[in-house]
Amino acid sequence: MTEILMPRLSDTMEEGVISSWQKQPGDEVAVGDVIVDIETDKAVMEYEAYEAGVLEKILVAEGETAAIGAPIAVIVPAGGARPEPAPAAEARPTAEPERAPAAEAAPEPEAVPVGAAAPPRANGRPAASRPPSSPLARRLARDHGIDLATLSGSGPGGRIVRADIEAAVRSAGPAAPAPAAAAQATAAPAPSAPAVQARADDPDVEAVPLNRFRKVAARRLTESKREAPHFYLNREVDAEALLAFRATLNEALAPAKVSVNDLVVKAVATALREHPAVNVSYTEENLLFHKRVHVGVAVAVEDGLVVPVVRDADRMSVSQIGRETRELAAKARDGRLSAREMSGGTFSVSNLGMFGVDSFSAVINPPEAAILAVGAVRDEPVVRDGQVVPGKRMTVTLSVDHRATDGATAAKFLARLAELLQNPLLIVA
Amino acid sequence: MATVTYRQALRDTLRAEMLRDENVFLLGEEIGLFEGSYKITEGLLKEFGPRRVRDTPIAEEGFVGAAIGAAMLGLRPVVEIMTINFSLLALDQIVNHAAKIYGMFGGQASVPMVIRTPGGGGQQLGATHSQNVELFYSFIPGLKVLAPSTPAEASAMLKAAIRDDDPVLFLENLALYNTRGELPAAVEDVEPAEIGRAAVTRPGTDITIIGYSRMARVASEVAETLAAEGVSAEVVDLRSLRPLDRQTVVDSVRRTGCAVVAEDDWLTYGIGAEIAATIQEGAFDWLDAPVRRVAMAEVPLPYAKSLETAALPSAESLLTAVRATLRATGRITPGTDATSPRPALEPVR
Repeated sequence: MTEILMPRLSDTMEEGVISSWQKQPGDEVAVGDVIVDIETDKAVMEYEAYEAGVLEKILVAEGETAAIGAPIAVIVPAGGARPEPAPAAEARPTAEPERAPAAEAAPEPEAVPVGAAAPPRANGRPAASRPPSSPLARRLARDHGIDLATLSGSGPGGRIVRADIEAAVRSAGPAAPAPAAAAQATAAPAPSAPAVQARADDPDVEAVPLNRFRKVAARRLTESKREAPHFYLNREVDAEALLAFRATLNEALAPAKVSVNDLVVKAVATALREHPAVNVSYTEENLLFHKRVHVGVAVAVEDGLVVPVVRDADRMSVSQIGRETRELAAKARDGRLSAREMSGGTFSVSNLGMFGVDSFSAVINPPEAAILAVGAVRDEPVVRDGQVVPGKRMTVTLSVDHRATDGATAAKFLARLAELLQNPLLIVA
Repeated sequence: MATVTYRQALRDTLRAEMLRDENVFLLGEEIGLFEGSYKITEGLLKEFGPRRVRDTPIAEEGFVGAAIGAAMLGLRPVVEIMTINFSLLALDQIVNHAAKIYGMFGGQASVPMVIRTPGGGGQQLGATHSQNVELFYSFIPGLKVLAPSTPAEASAMLKAAIRDDDPVLFLENLALYNTRGELPAAVEDVEPAEIGRAAVTRPGTDITIIGYSRMARVASEVAETLAAEGVSAEVVDLRSLRPLDRQTVVDSVRRTGCAVVAEDDWLTYGIGAEIAATIQEGAFDWLDAPVRRVAMAEVPLPYAKSLETAALPSAESLLTAVRATLRATGRITPGTDATSPRPALEPVR
């Protein structure tokens, strides 16, 4: 018998809601069959069986929530006699040894489904042995909902140690607050009830529960502002050539269209390829230089903000980027984005030009090291050859994590970006 | 606040306790006229006379047995056995009588006695005079076994041992006699220690080093060295081997995630093994690396100076083990100290 566990489908997921069961108890299941749709904090995703057999039992009903790693269903081998359930790995000796050290004082660890680490195979043989890991690493992995199998260990013989989990947590964005940490906290005073509750009966107030986007964004952006020392570089870009170039392109590509933002994304990707020191992530041990350029594009959706990722943007044409971005934005608005489409960015672009914003400073999207905020193209008098003439100007603001890179490095990147935007042929060259 | 040697702290504490309680008396080989092989009883025969400072024949079983009888009848004998190696001759009296009388006779008689005895290698005294056999006594229910590492602890713990109603093995280490430290008060005002409590003698976050007696001092030196390298080591001084303060050890490892135990005896079946077991029982979910042990080479201690030095656990061997553990957990990156981490089953020397 195999327990199907609530998978970790996105970096920020802590728990999932069973959206709908595609298989019912008694149904035959083949490896790869979709058995259940799971709603994460961002999207509804299909979850495929990794074991063949018969769905014996559903443990979490539709609409209910389960934490990552919690069993949600049981699959038994088809036809054959059911093997004995594996003995619970955590079965305690019935008689605690006398004066067991500290056992009494130990906070009960979070109930962890036995077998979370290695569900036994349907044929009774244990699944591929799990990677070597320290007990501490295993506990932290449980707390953060990290699958050890996805990590490589830096300890002796590839042992996964605490440092590896911490690195994974950092690169995955803020993870669940460790329950253990909460348990060990020295009796912190209970937080006072949020003001909303205190005033829920105020007739002039409507209390709207936070949606998933809001919750995730609130947590990640708070972490970003708290952890990453931001600094900001502003630059005025002469956008005249860019607009002319876009008009030319759109004539040639009609009926397809590229937007100013598509050109910006492509320019950013090109500049990042040339300035790898900005295409990085900071961790406490290492600076991670990303060998590929994946640009996140901030998209406003009805009830919040999501940042789908254009992968390998530096290798795409502007029109490909345009297509991809529009496709991702449409999915984002429908809540159909997959976890993969929302993760793995190495840099982000946020554009509020269409709302008439002249310039703004964006909050870095961790674990990225920088984000570009793009303002509207404005008609302005500009000085050219000693004459004041009408011109087009666009302000871009680069927010940078000072732990990951420095002012001069970021300024050089920005200078190159401005050069590309002012000579748009270079963007496609 | 006075700076004294470990030797002086012991001597002054014995004197203070003899002044405080007329039932306290000393007996042992060469403690009177000769004032003790290691001069712990200097001046006491002159001050208290032969009734309370008794020289004995070279007959450990005899004078330990005599002390047991005296203790059962209400006196508080403090026996000096010249070295712990000679305590083996009194093993039956200590293990089968002193330790068991209170329990075997339903609490009708206590045995409030102390056996002070130094041990340890490094003095070129040869294999039979250089052992640390604290394990033999730490193994026995009914005994208490103390192993102080500083003059202040020696004073506070000797007071506690003399005032305790059970037989106490009070372990000294030859290498500690000349070490110096401050007493917290005039010797007569030193508070008796609480028996059975370890102490975190240095707080830290990266690794726990556990030691006792001489190795607690070595652990502090090593922590000092590591601090200069930016590593924060926590030092736990066991102080009491029986009862063993498991909680302090476990709490510390829960804070740091890894541990090295330094013991001044042999590895196999040693004190370190008990501590390692305690840690895995009490802090399994907090462990980021196997517990390493640093101990003596498993040989009768050689007489030759160079061989003796090589066989004993030292600051260097402890540092090696600590660094290997720190590397294993990613707390330090491999550096110039290129000793490859050994499997945890092998003692690191």
